[in-house]
Amino acid sequence: MKAIIFDIGSTFTKGVAFDLDRDEIIGKAKYPSTVNEDVTIGIQNVISEIERQTGLNIRDFNIKKATSSAAGGLKIIAIGLVPDLTSEAAKKASLGAGGKVLKTYSYELTNSDLDEIVLLKPDIIILAGGTDGGNRYYPITNAKKLSNLPLNIPFIYAGNKDLQDEIKNIFLSKGKEIYITENVMPEYGVINIEKVQNIIREVFLRNIIHAKGLDKVQELIDGIVMPTPLAVLKGLENFSEIYGESLLIDVGGATTDVCSVAKGDPTQSNVILKGLREPYVKRSVEGDLGVRVSALSLFDAAKKDIIKSFSQDKVKLIEEKVKFLSINTSYIPKNDEDLHLDAVLAYFAVKIATERHVGHIELVYTPMGTLLFQYGKDLRELDKVVCTGGPLIYNPYRLESLKGVIYSNDEPFILKPKNPTFYVDNEYIMFAIGVISEIYKDKALRLVEKYINKI
Amino acid sequence: MGERTVVLGVIGADVHAVGLRILDYALRSAGFDVVNIGVLSSQEDFIKAAIESGARAILVSSLYGHAELDCRGFKEKLQEAGLENILLYIGGNLGIGQKNWEEVEKKFKELGFHRVYPPKTMPDEVIRDLKKDLGLEK
Repeated sequence: MKAIIFDIGSTFTKGVAFDLDRDEIIGKAKYPSTVNEDVTIGIQNVISEIERQTGLNIRDFNIKKATSSAAGGLKIIAIGLVPDLTSEAAKKASLGAGGKVLKTYSYELTNSDLDEIVLLKPDIIILAGGTDGGNRYYPITNAKKLSNLPLNIPFIYAGNKDLQDEIKNIFLSKGKEIYITENVMPEYGVINIEKVQNIIREVFLRNIIHAKGLDKVQELIDGIVMPTPLAVLKGLENFSEIYGESLLIDVGGATTDVCSVAKGDPTQSNVILKGLREPYVKRSVEGDLGVRVSALSLFDAAKKDIIKSFSQDKVKLIEEKVKFLSINTSYIPKNDEDLHLDAVLAYFAVKIATERHVGHIELVYTPMGTLLFQYGKDLRELDKVVCTGGPLIYNPYRLESLKGVIYSNDEPFILKPKNPTFYVDNEYIMFAIGVISEIYKDKALRLVEKYINKI
Repeated sequence: MGERTVVLGVIGADVHAVGLRILDYALRSAGFDVVNIGVLSSQEDFIKAAIESGARAILVSSLYGHAELDCRGFKEKLQEAGLENILLYIGGNLGIGQKNWEEVEKKFKELGFHRVYPPKTMPDEVIRDLKKDLGLEK
């Protein structure tokens, strides 16, 4: 049995061909994405190249599926009530579904919020707010305001269950498409994101692919089955089935993604869990951390550390280079110095993105003694880290970059892994493993064993 | 949930959980929807829980003697959060020694609490008051 899995990205359309009977990669190709003119041109070129490599015809492939992060990805706006409760839950749900969260809003939407929402051009808006039986005012008020916007996009309601009918009618009466699902926070502090994630994927398949003109791919292949980030997340879930709890870091030009498949329960005694519980499968995306498009904002975020680690002249040199890279976004490192600089930037992207993903401990001094509050996941005992993305796959200095993942005694309350073993997605096929796992679980697991290697 | 929702928790750095359990049980048995935010809760934790759950009352418990310090500014924050009409109760060991209960009660009423309960108050009394204050009595 043969399969080709495509990833239609914003810069490249990639394809990987597998012989699933032998658990083997038999071909690989990429071509600049042609989403703006005609998505099929890119796909056709990848197919031709793979046909050339394998000597097979596209008709010989039983599985021809694609993931997509093209046309800006799956752009979501998440609206909740209290910022660190339902707004945060709605955001987590969107990220875990492979979405790109443009912005999160809380409390009552103002006119300027509404103007901004229209300008941001989201693909989907998720409205939450209130526990079940809880607040009624904010979800209803925001629903009324949103239903009047000149946006012809699907809305998803995942707030207070008592308002489901009322909210549905508000949107339907204005001719909007509305999906109703379970509350992202049915009870105080309890996060429930699986149902809304299923709806997001359904809406992605039913509407978004069409709206972006991507359904044309069906002339050539079976279709697009999920957003690429979700496929990568599913790839990691397969990895975790074999190797246990794990973390994935994906450094790119524009963003750095971190995913964890881990409980993150406290690893020391006397710790009290605070804040919203984290989902077992968690994804975070840092839009300001990347080694090309986002190089300048990465430099800003890391500036203090960079100044601490390098001489004044070197800092100046780095700043110059960063400016160059943020304009020449498709620049590929040419010499050792370039590679080294890329590794430095990747190190800071990895470090900061991991710090933002993992939990932290706060010391509280009380009359009862010192107490430790843990927010988020404690990943200190987690021992498997998978890396993917250009700078972590191809750069010879990647082990230096990966040190950013590791727990530091200088920052003892940031709960990063203490002693992880690193694995690398050398062939860049994590997304394809995610897609295949939905069809042939066992084959996906064997691909993980074969192609995701220990560094 | 709805008109019978109350938020319950222990404020400040206090970890005494037993009384909270008992109140939680008694309130649920009496038909209330209880959002129990647990021990070591800050003023903000109470407020956030009350907003999301649409609660009509906040019940604060404190046993370790620092309640006055923990509750300063609570009323003002509730006003800021648009919860100026929420019912606010407190009970427990509200001052070390508690020699003169009238004084303690007065102090906490000034802090914005509608009802203030001394140690050894039985849950039934609180439930009776709650029903009355929320207009749930037939």
